[in-house]
Formats: sequence, C-alpha cells, structure tokens
Amino acid sequence: MTALVLLDHADGRITPAARSAVTAAAALGEVHVLVTGAAIGAVAEAATRIAGVAKVLRADAEIYDKALAEPLAALLVRLAPAYDHVLAAATATGKNVIPRAAALLDVQPISEIVAVVDAETFVRPIYAGNALATVRSTDARKLITVRAANFDAAAAEGGSATIEEVEAGEATPAVSRFVSTELSTSDRPDLASARVVISGGRGMQNGENFKLIEPIADALGAAIGASRAAVDAGYVPNDYQVGQTGKIVAPDLYVAIGISGAIQHLAGMKDSKVIVAINKDAEAPIFQVADYGLVADLFAALPELQAELAKAS
Amino acid sequence: MSAVSEREAMEFDVVVVGAGPAGLAAAIRLKQLAPDATVCVVEKGSEVGAHILSGAVIETRALDELIPDWRKRGAPLNTPATEDRMLFLTETRSYRVPMLGTVMPHMSNHGNYIVSLGEVCRWLGGQAEALGVEIYPGFAAAELLDEDGRIAGVATGDMGVTREGERGPNFAPGMELRATYTLFGEGCRGSLAKQLMARFDLRQGVDPQTYGLGIKELWEIPASKHRPGLVQHSFGWPLDRATYGGSWLYHFGENLVSYGFVVGLDYANTWLSPFDEMQRLKTHPSVRQHLEGGKRLSYGARALSEGGLQSVPRLSFPGGALLGDSAGFLNVPKIKGTHTAMKSGMLAAEAVADALANGRPAEPRSYTRRVRQSWLWTELRDVRNVRPSFAKFGTLGGALYSGFDAMVLRGRAPWTMRHRHADNEVLDSAAGSPPIAYPRPDNKLTFDRLSSVYLSNTNHEENQPVHLRLRDPQRWRSVNWDLYRSPESRYCPAAVYEAVDTEAGDANGPRLQINAQNCVHCKTCDIKDPTQNIDWATPEGGGGPNYPGGM
Amino acid sequence: MKLLVPVKRVVDYNVKVRVKADGSGVETAGVKMSMNPFDEIAVEEAVRLKEKGAATEIVAVSIGVQQCQETLRTALAMGADRAVLVLTEESPEPLAVAKLLRALVDREQPGMVIMGKQAIDDDMNATGQMLAGLLGWAQGTFASKVELSDGVATVTREVDGGLETVALTLPAIITADLRLNEPRYASLPNIMKARKKPLETIAPGDLGVDVTPRLTTLRVAEPPVRQSGVKVGSVAELVAKLRAEAKVI
Ligand SMILES: Cc1cc2nc3c(=O)[nH]c(=O)nc-3n(C[C@H](O)[C@H](O)[C@H](O)COP(=O)(O)OP(=O)(O)OC[C@H]3O[C@@H](n4cnc5c(N)ncnc54)[C@H](O)[C@@H]3O)c2cc1C
Ligand SMILES: Cc1cc2nc3c(=O)[nH]c(=O)nc-3n(C[C@H](O)[C@H](O)[C@H](O)COP(=O)(O)OP(=O)(O)OC[C@H]3O[C@@H](n4cnc5c(N)ncnc54)[C@H](O)[C@@H]3O)c2cc1C
Ligand code: SF4
Repeated sequence: MTALVLLDHADGRITPAARSAVTAAAALGEVHVLVTGAAIGAVAEAATRIAGVAKVLRADAEIYDKALAEPLAALLVRLAPAYDHVLAAATATGKNVIPRAAALLDVQPISEIVAVVDAETFVRPIYAGNALATVRSTDARKLITVRAANFDAAAAEGGSATIEEVEAGEATPAVSRFVSTELSTSDRPDLASARVVISGGRGMQNGENFKLIEPIADALGAAIGASRAAVDAGYVPNDYQVGQTGKIVAPDLYVAIGISGAIQHLAGMKDSKVIVAINKDAEAPIFQVADYGLVADLFAALPELQAELAKAS
Repeated sequence: MSAVSEREAMEFDVVVVGAGPAGLAAAIRLKQLAPDATVCVVEKGSEVGAHILSGAVIETRALDELIPDWRKRGAPLNTPATEDRMLFLTETRSYRVPMLGTVMPHMSNHGNYIVSLGEVCRWLGGQAEALGVEIYPGFAAAELLDEDGRIAGVATGDMGVTREGERGPNFAPGMELRATYTLFGEGCRGSLAKQLMARFDLRQGVDPQTYGLGIKELWEIPASKHRPGLVQHSFGWPLDRATYGGSWLYHFGENLVSYGFVVGLDYANTWLSPFDEMQRLKTHPSVRQHLEGGKRLSYGARALSEGGLQSVPRLSFPGGALLGDSAGFLNVPKIKGTHTAMKSGMLAAEAVADALANGRPAEPRSYTRRVRQSWLWTELRDVRNVRPSFAKFGTLGGALYSGFDAMVLRGRAPWTMRHRHADNEVLDSAAGSPPIAYPRPDNKLTFDRLSSVYLSNTNHEENQPVHLRLRDPQRWRSVNWDLYRSPESRYCPAAVYEAVDTEAGDANGPRLQINAQNCVHCKTCDIKDPTQNIDWATPEGGGGPNYPGGM
Repeated sequence: MKLLVPVKRVVDYNVKVRVKADGSGVETAGVKMSMNPFDEIAVEEAVRLKEKGAATEIVAVSIGVQQCQETLRTALAMGADRAVLVLTEESPEPLAVAKLLRALVDREQPGMVIMGKQAIDDDMNATGQMLAGLLGWAQGTFASKVELSDGVATVTREVDGGLETVALTLPAIITADLRLNEPRYASLPNIMKARKKPLETIAPGDLGVDVTPRLTTLRVAEPPVRQSGVKVGSVAELVAKLRAEAKVI
C-alpha cells in the first residue's frame, strides 16, 4: 500500500506538523509526499531527506502558490487513484483541502486522527476531545487529516527520496483568488495557538504581580493566560481566561502559577503536552494533572525561574 | 434598565410561570377543561426539565387523575418501588427501622415509582404542547405586571444587558406576557412568588415557611449491584441530633442510583456544610456499598418547602394564584411534593377555567375552596405535626413522636405544632458553634464542590448583571463575616460565595466574592442568609443548570 | 440574492458528554440539544447581510431527526425567512449531508451558502468544503470577516498564525469561525413569530441522495485520564527537566 502526504510548508520550511503526518502515513505503507507551490525547489529537496519518504511529487506552479483549496483539491483528485491513503496534517491548509478532494472522490474524509489502528481503522477525537471514536472506513480510498500533536514528527534528515515532477492543472477558471495575509505580529503569541502558555491564578494576588510572569513569558516566547478567579478579581482582562468558559488551549508547555486546578480550569488546558504547576499547597488538585510540580511560594519561585532561564540560554 | 416602552406584548387567557409538575399540570388541565383558552408557559431553564431536581419516588394519584392513560402514552415511570428501607445511622453502624409500614406509614412506597422528575416534566411538556399549550423555555419571568391593583401578567427579563447594567450590542428587551390569570409554579422560594406574598400580604396569619436543602448525585453503578426498585432512607449520622435531615438512595432505570441528602435549613451551627455532610455520608457502609465501583454522572441541588400546612399562604390574589412548591404543598415526612404540586396545579386550573367561563372575576377565589375539599388538604393535615416535632424534640424525639402520631393519633392530633422561627433567624454565631472537621474528598466516592458543580452543567453568560445581590453590601463584613464567618460559603452547594482576602483585615478584606456563574438556582442563600441580605433574582433566561435525563 | 444556511442540532455546549458504558457512543437521551454554535454564527452573518440589503431571502436547512425542527425554529427566530427539514433517522455523515445540500442548492439556487466551520459533536470540519467541491464553487473557510461587492465575496480567514484574505467569485461557500460575529438572541417575540414562518419537511429520497454511511464507529471511549507526574525539588531542577527530559524549552 502507498500513502500520499500533502506536505505543508511555510517560508520555505517544511512544518513539523507535516512531518508528523509523514509518521502517520508510514504506519500505512510506503510514503510519497506532494510538495506544491511556486518556486519550491528547495522545499522539495528538503522533502527528499525526510526519514521514511520514498518519493517526492513536485507540483511547481503559480496556481499552487497560495495553497488555495480549489486547485490543490483538483490536483489531489488527479493523483489519488495511485494511492490507498491521502493524508495531510490537520493545519489550516490540510483541513481546507482534504475534505474538498474527498467529496470529489466520493469519499467520507476522516478528520484529525490521533492514532492509526490499521489501514481502515483510525481513532479520532469527538466532542472537543471528550470522547475518542474508533472508526472504520468502507471507502476504497481514505482521505485523512492528522492531528500533529499525537504523532512524533518524522526526522527531517535521513531519507533519500527521488523527485518526480507533476504537471500543473489548468489555471482557469479561477473561482478564488488570494488577496493578502496578515500574520500576527504582536510580541506575544496568540493564547489559543501559542506553543507555550503561562497562566497566573488568584495566587498572584494582584494585577501588578503579573509583571513577574512577563519576563519569563518573553524568554519562552509564551502567551500569558489566567484563571477565572484572576480575571474576576480584575488582575488581567477577560480574554486571558483559560478554561471551560474561557479559551481552550493545548500548547506544548503549560505553566500554571498560583492556580488550584479546578476542573473548569483543567477543561481548558488538560490537553497540553506538558503541564507544570507551581503552587504552595501540596494538595492542590493541579498537581494531579501536572507532569512537573513544584511546591513553592510563587513569589520566590518566579524570580528564580527567570534567573534560571536567563542562565543557560 | 428595563426597556419598558420598547417591550412587545402578547395577550393570553392564562400565563403559567414555571414548567415544573405544578405548572405543567395546570396548563394541561386548563386545556382539557377549556380547549379554546390560550395558555402560555415560561420556563427559566434552557429547556423543560433543565432545572428540575428531585428524588424522586412519586405517587401517581394526581397523574392518574390528570392523564389516566399515562402508561399508554409512554410516561417515563418505569421503575416501581419494590423494597423500602429506613435506616438509623451511627458513625459506623446502621439500624433498620422495623415494621416501617406501621411505624412510618408515610414512608411506605408501595405502588409508587422511582423516576427522573426532569424526564417526567419533559414528557408532561410534550403532552401539554400536544393540547396546544405554548411553552417557552429559556425565558424567565423577571417582573410582575402590577396594574390597577391586580397582576396583569409577567414580563420576561431583558437579554444582552452587560455586567455594568448597560445595553450590550445584542440587547433584546424583555416581553410582556399579559393574561387574565397568571399562575405561579416557580417551585420552592419562587422569586416572583416572594414578591407576590409581600405585595398582597399573602402570608398574614400563617407560620413562616421553613425549608430544607436537598443535594443530589446521580450515579451509574455496576449492573451486578443494581436492584431496581430499592428505596432506602436514612437519618441520624452525620447530623447531630438537633439538626433535621437525612439521605435517600433509590435504584432505578438502567443501573442508575439517585443518592442525596436533605438538611433542614433551620440548622444552627454556622460551620455546618450541607455539601460536606452529603459527601461524608457516602463513606458510611450503608451508602458506600451501593456506590462503590460506580461512576458519578450528575450533581445538583434544590431547596424544598418543609413548613407544611401551617405555612401555606393565601393561595389566590387578584389576577392569579400560587401553585405547588411555591405555595408550600410538600408532604414533608414523605418528602413528596410532586403529586401535591400537580394536584394544586389541577385545582387552580379548575378554578381558573371556571372563572374564565363565568365573567372573569379578578381573583380565582374558588381555588382555595377546591384545595380545602380535596385529598391534598387531608393528606397535608394528617402529617402537619411531623416536621415541627423534629424541630422541637430533635431527631430521635421527632422520630418517636411521628411514630406515635402515625400509629396512635393517625395524624388527627387535636393540636398543631407551630414553626416559630424563619430559617434565617436561628443560626448561631461562629464563636458559639462547635467547629466541624470534614474529610478531604477521595475523588472516587467523595468530591469537592467545584468538580460537583461541573456535573450540573450549569452556566450563565458572564457578561450580565450579577443575579445575586446584597441589599446592603456593607453588612456582609459586619454580620456575615464578623459574626458567622461567611456561612454562605458553606451552605451554597455551588461554591458561588467565597470569602477572600480573609487575612487582610483592612479595607481590602475580608470581602465576599460572588461567582454568580456557578449558581444552580437552589435558592438557599435567599432563604438562609442571616439578615436576608441576599436577594436571588432571575438571571438571563436559559442560564443555570442543565440537568440531564436521569436527574 | 438568496442565502442558504444549514444548521445542525447538537448536544448543547454546556453539557458534559458521557460515553455510554457499552462504548457504543455518547449518551444523548435526555440531554439538552441546541443549534451548533458555529451555525448560529452563520445564521447571524446571513441575517446581517440581509439587513444590509446584500441578501433578499434566507433559507435555513437542517438534516436529521424530527426535533431538528426546533433548531430550525431558532434560525427562523433569529431572522431566517423559511426553513427546510430533510428528515432522516439519524444525523448523516458530512458526505451525505453535502450531497443533500447540493441537491437543495440545485433546487433553491442560492447565491451563497453560509455554514458553521465545524459541528461540535463529530468535530469533522468537512461539510462546507465538501459541498463546495461537489458544486465546483469557491470556498472561504474559517471566515472571520465577509464583505460582498459586485459578485465577489472578500473573505478573511483564520489560518495558522494569522489571517488570510481571499476573493471568491460568487456563488460560493462560506464557513463561519468563532470571531465572525456574536450571534443575537432568539428573542421571545421573534420565537413566537417564527412559529408562523414556513417550515417544509422533505425526505432524502425526494432529493435522490443515498445517505448510507461510509464510516462505522467501532467503539467510543473516554480519553485516558491524565496521570500526575513528579514533584521537583527546586526551580533549577524544573528547568533542567523541561530542557533535558520533556524537551519543551
Ligand atoms: C460554570 C463555571 C465556569 C467556569 N469557568 C472557568 C474558566 O473558564 N476558567 C477558570 O480558570 N475557572 C473557571 N471556573 C472557576 C473555577 O471553578 C475556579 O473557581 C477557578 O479556576 C479558581 O481559580 P484559581 O485557581 O486562580 O483560584 P483558587 O482556587 O483560589 O486557587 C489559588 C491557588 O493559588 C495558590 N497560591 C496562593 N498563594 C500562593 C503563593 N504565594 N505561591 C504559590 N501558590 C499560591 C493556592 O494554594 C491555590 O491553590 C468556572 C466555574 C464554573 C462553575
Ligand atoms: C432534593 C429533593 C428531593 C425530592 N424528592 C421527592 C420525591 O422523592 N418525591 C416527590 O414526590 N417529591 C420530591 N421532592 C419534591 C418535588 O420535587 C417538588 O415538590 C416538586 O418538584 C414541586 O413542583 P413545582 O412544579 O411546584 O416546582 P419545581 O419542580 O421546582 O418547578 C418549578 C419550575 O419553575 C421554573 N421557574 C422558577 N421560577 C421561574 C421564573 N421566575 N420564570 C420562569 N421559570 C421559573 C423552574 O426553573 C422550574 O422548572 C423533592 C424535592 C427536592 C428538592
Ligand atoms: S447562589 Fe444561592 S441559589 Fe445559587 S446555588 Fe448558591 S445557594 Fe443556591
């Protein structure tokens, strides 16, 4: 069996999410990757070196430049007959393109898989991750998006795939046109999509003390969040709130400072990859979910943390 | 704040406030008697049943009268009560009350059904709609339309008002629901019923209402342990002998167990926490053996009226009437109020149908007469002394008295015991109350408040005025804190109230943090606050718990 | 221009779903159901376009059981003009839904379909894209802003790390993201009025669509409970572990 992965790339670099999709595909058979865009020679080169990739299909044309769904889906439909599985990372592009291609192939896509059981069977979260469904597809061909956090990214080096050119589709009639992008440029990443989030709770005592978190967030490139208690007390604005009635986040690293870990707060961050808790109460429920817990007074721990991070980096 | 001038209005013959058993029975009966009457029901829960919290073992007497073929129509009464147990608990042991049917005939459940009252209400709602009743869940009756000396209907609350009380971008004014008669079936401690009692002096000459707080959990247990039809009640431990209360535990449905605990809100010890009492009771072998190995599915709480007949107010007033638990029609020793609520709703509907057909007098007066002539009255009369005897003689004395009352006097004692004090008047100061140490939750059998509230599915749109108001904000510090050390942070089953900055001891604290979003609408704070300083008002419609099927 | 707005009836977002003991699915009996929140946003956007004069009629569609009527009534109360219920025994898969919607599009000839980006029950995030594919229309998914002029919809999309703007030649499909707007309340007067708006019920067979599912759900399970990790003795140890062991900083 052979699987085709639509490879995400940005600024000339293959995204880690795309390499996670390669890992998922490798569980299904031989992996070919499709690199699309305009002037993507270097990216295609890089793709040949991803561990586990046997062939790189390169579709180098202006119409693929902005990764619009309409031409990309058409391309996938053309290539799909040679494959049993067509995958992409569940990124904005993958989620945009895969279902469209699936409909054109008369296939029910399988979104955001978190595990591969066998060639027909996959596990995917439903109800915002509150349940995991194991589904089997009866379609002849499977179209899949992959939740990157659940698959280790395939190594960027170590492969030696060959490159094959793919003819570009026709540019007409274009029903959609790219206008512009506006990447968020604020100093702090967006809470919902940040790789690292540091949140403060009622233990912070006031808004002023959140300044203790700022240099640490700067050092880690982290977004700052808060518990409802901290928001309600007016320490920080509303949109900082993480939890059941705030934002749901799942960063690689979540640091909870002076937060007790009420279930309503956990509901917003329990899917984080690594959770760190700093709390002076050793019995605080947050420690039941923390990978690393530090029982300490935060007013002592935060300056130390700042110093420690400055030290080695 | 309310946008009186822009409000739209709609006319009905009858508006019913609250889609509980009382309100729905009234609506159904009305349509049966007067099919052409226009009947509208408003319900503050997001759907019918969303705010209904009960045990519940129910008697079918009223239902039999209202919808005789309820079985054929698929009413969700599926588990007949088959086995009755009444336990007296000490810390480690339990004693079964023998000959229950004789000693405590009101505790006998033969012929009754264990149900999810929320499901029963959803079904009743369907029956009502099939008869042409218009039901609007998600809208709270927030205001009485008081015109020319009578109630001319209600208005629903404005939506989209910000926390500061200003109009937000999605502001939508409330609506006036005008009616010849408005029936109030808000359940225990209705927020409009409270205003009506004051407005028309309905409580004149009756005892103060007394209340209990019921806290409930729904469990799913291993099939091997499940004994559908088992009804178990307990009294005694963990409450002290001066405090009225006890637990229930019912096996029903598909491996479901309804477990809960009622505490009389006339308790005195300010350190008492009804929530923690109900948690620790689960560690008693007589409860633990049922729940162990199971999974908790849902949680909720609701106050119930325990005053009985002595506390029933005047029932009608110009423009309407009080129904069900809003009037206090609960049979306390039986802890059953569903059949009485339904019956009162039906009787009010009969009075109203009669009034509609006969010149539409301002007040549907025949309601009171109909109640007095019905089994509802006799039933409540016969048990009127049971609850007060507990207040008077304590747990064991009360139990003895009620046995005596039931066996010897058969409820016909020539005396009636009074409720002398309202529940808020009897709290002891912090200094005068013995502290109570509650165990920490184990997260398997026992849990903390917040993870419990989580399972009530409660929520309130954050950006709205706080629906729990302190009439005098200063008084919290001088009375609730200085004297009682914040009893609300213990009796509120939803962790709405938190005393924060308790160490400060200056202008910054201690102060009261009100997490209104957590509220499960049990109404306890409105009842128990020592100086009645907390006023519970209806929040934006649809807010509050979302009790699932099974609750 | 006519707008078509599909709305789905899902378990209310306030309700904590419970996996059935036998692993066959999640418990939906007796559970509060509501309109999918993203669909509410789609309805709101359609109503705003109509209020601005950019649209003339809004048709709400729901596909599923009889009770989806309630969801449609909510859409009507928010401002849709009429509603169509495609009555099925259960909620079909996105592919079947897309096919049913295509048939309805053929019938209704809307200038635009606005729908939620994702249903919060199956979290598929697929139907809009699939419908666009089947119709050969342009798609503006995850929209946080929509502007119409001269047969072109300019759509700002929420993409990883920022926003992207695309211009779509109408007819087109828009799928709504959270920030597109804040939907209005279905007010009581409008709910009452919505009772009188037309609601038509049709069968999938009438649209000539086979709704047989392609996916079989073998099992539904609760996600594994997170286990507590280790307590560290100092900040230095914490940082060392995060670097060497967890490799997250
Ligand atoms: C319907 C509903 C929705 C909710 N939604 C949310 C939500 O979206 N997000 C949310 O967060 N909550 C939410 N909550 C509230 C939630 O239940 C908790 O009340 C809240 O998360 C508590 O915040 P906290 O941990 O900051 O405060 P607390 O529970 O007061 O905890 C403070 C912690 O700080 C520690 N601490 C204090 N001083 C220090 C110090 N010097 N050094 C170290 N540690 C210290 C204490 O030991 C304690 O553990 C919701 C609740 C409900 C009912
Ligand atoms: C813990 C507990 C256990 C019980 N166990 C049993 C039992 O085993 N058997 C039994 O028969 N009875 C039992 N009861 C009593 C029984 O539940 C009540 O007597 C009965 O529910 C009363 O019916 P009701 O219609 O008067 O009020 P409720 O059932 O309280 O219904 C009132 C309805 O009105 C709505 N409402 C209130 N105010 C407004 C407003 N302003 N605007 C719009 N809507 C509003 C509420 O949301 C609610 O849906 C128990 C009660 C409790 C609390
Ligand atoms: S705030 Fe009052 S009504 Fe709400 S849950 Fe707490 S005690 Fe009950």
